[in-house]
Amino acid sequence: MSDVYVLGVDMIKFGRFPDRTVPNIGAEAALMALDDAGLSIKDMQAMYCGNLGQANAMVGQRILQEIGQTGIPVVNCANACATGATAFREAWMSIKAGMYDVVLAVGVEQMGKGLLGGTGGGDGIPKEGLLGSGTMPCVFAEAGMEHSSKYGTTFEQFAKISVKNHHHSTLNPKAMYQIETPLDDVMNAEMISYPNTKLMCSVNVDGSAAAVLVSEKKAKELGMQRAIKVRASALASDPYTDRDLVMPDVNACTRIAVKDAYEQAELGAEDVNLVELHDCFATAEMLHYENLGLCKDGEAGMMIDEGHVELGGKIPVNVSGGLLSKGHPLGATGIANIYEVCSHLRGEAGKRQVEGAKIGMTHVIGLGTACAIHILEKP
Amino acid sequence: MLPAVDYLIVPDKGDPYLEGHKCNVCGAMFLGERTVCSKCFARDKMSKVKLSNNGTLYSYSIVYRSFPGIDVPYISALVDLEDGGTVKGNLINVEPDPENVDFGMKVKVVYGDALGRKDKDGNSYMSYFFEPA
Repeated sequence: MSDVYVLGVDMIKFGRFPDRTVPNIGAEAALMALDDAGLSIKDMQAMYCGNLGQANAMVGQRILQEIGQTGIPVVNCANACATGATAFREAWMSIKAGMYDVVLAVGVEQMGKGLLGGTGGGDGIPKEGLLGSGTMPCVFAEAGMEHSSKYGTTFEQFAKISVKNHHHSTLNPKAMYQIETPLDDVMNAEMISYPNTKLMCSVNVDGSAAAVLVSEKKAKELGMQRAIKVRASALASDPYTDRDLVMPDVNACTRIAVKDAYEQAELGAEDVNLVELHDCFATAEMLHYENLGLCKDGEAGMMIDEGHVELGGKIPVNVSGGLLSKGHPLGATGIANIYEVCSHLRGEAGKRQVEGAKIGMTHVIGLGTACAIHILEKP
Repeated sequence: MLPAVDYLIVPDKGDPYLEGHKCNVCGAMFLGERTVCSKCFARDKMSKVKLSNNGTLYSYSIVYRSFPGIDVPYISALVDLEDGGTVKGNLINVEPDPENVDFGMKVKVVYGDALGRKDKDGNSYMSYFFEPA
């Protein structure tokens, strides 16, 4: 099977674009990725498009209606917050399978404001606030509090993650926000669902990101100077766990996916120079230091206390600003974090550059549950 | 009164209770009726069991912002029941402050009106809550 390379990749600056359409936002990133690859839509042999909000509305085809209708196969993907990464992975698989040499992957989302989630509709009466809460800040707070129960993780430690990611985003012009949020500000912000304050919740924004993936043969033909090798692409669903029905498990499926990813790449966490992981809430990021093997179980609090996960630290995490400050357009996030890692591997990440980065990892979790992990390498 | 969820049983006579569906092969516990066990894949081996009204607090969050019209703050709690099963609900009769909530605290399941919520036909519902044992 051919190795697969990212030849072009880009994202738009995340923001709020209520006057634009989903395909229009997606088309912008698609054109940027094509330009980055030095290719045209005429060169694409297939397209995989990730979008959640209009999953039944042929977003991929509508993007092509804006940038060039060449008749290529288009597949639209929805996989909760792993949607963009799943579209990227489908593109990767189509090249692995030997079907194509040049494929476009696009992730796009237009978000409203406000809380996501909630405990079901269905018949009868609303259950939210009657049988606990199904809002996302609460669900991920409960997952974080499980960690607190096991290891004594504190509100302050969770809050420090948000301080870090907001700081990182001041160095990222494509992030929604470039604002420092000192610890007091984070801890004293409006409490949404303890221990997640408003500044510990990801930002609902509109955005898009896209990548051009190519086979090794095509990469060599077109020039390897800026090509990034996909060393691993893993996708897992949630295995049965005892509290499954009331507590979506973001840990077990991450551990399955990362094990697969490390095996595919034939390397371990110690070889990874930076990680973009799914910090939909500050409580979530804490869990994934351990799930991804960046530290031993029970050491996540120490990782943030000691600064190991900051830019300049042992294993910088979410130097883009993460979902907490760069923003989280659900369908775009998975490809946006691939863009971030590629920027570092290419040495093009500007002020937030992780010096000498050779290998980077991306991770997303879609509740329900899907976990997608990619390991990327500068060849 | 009608039950707020299908795993809450309100008999004509006797006390309401929570019902689990347990796999006779591997012991996995589910809420709601099903025929296949998603843990061990056995088919047609599920039995109905009456869940315990005693449990311990596994995890929680205190919800300060919910959807419009929902009273806050409240404690959203995950409770491991004695003899198996984990259920989610509101922990009541505790001041919603982390100081007052301890992991592993003993709680009991209590039953009552579903906070006055009615469906579009005006029917009242019964729900369940947790309170400190």
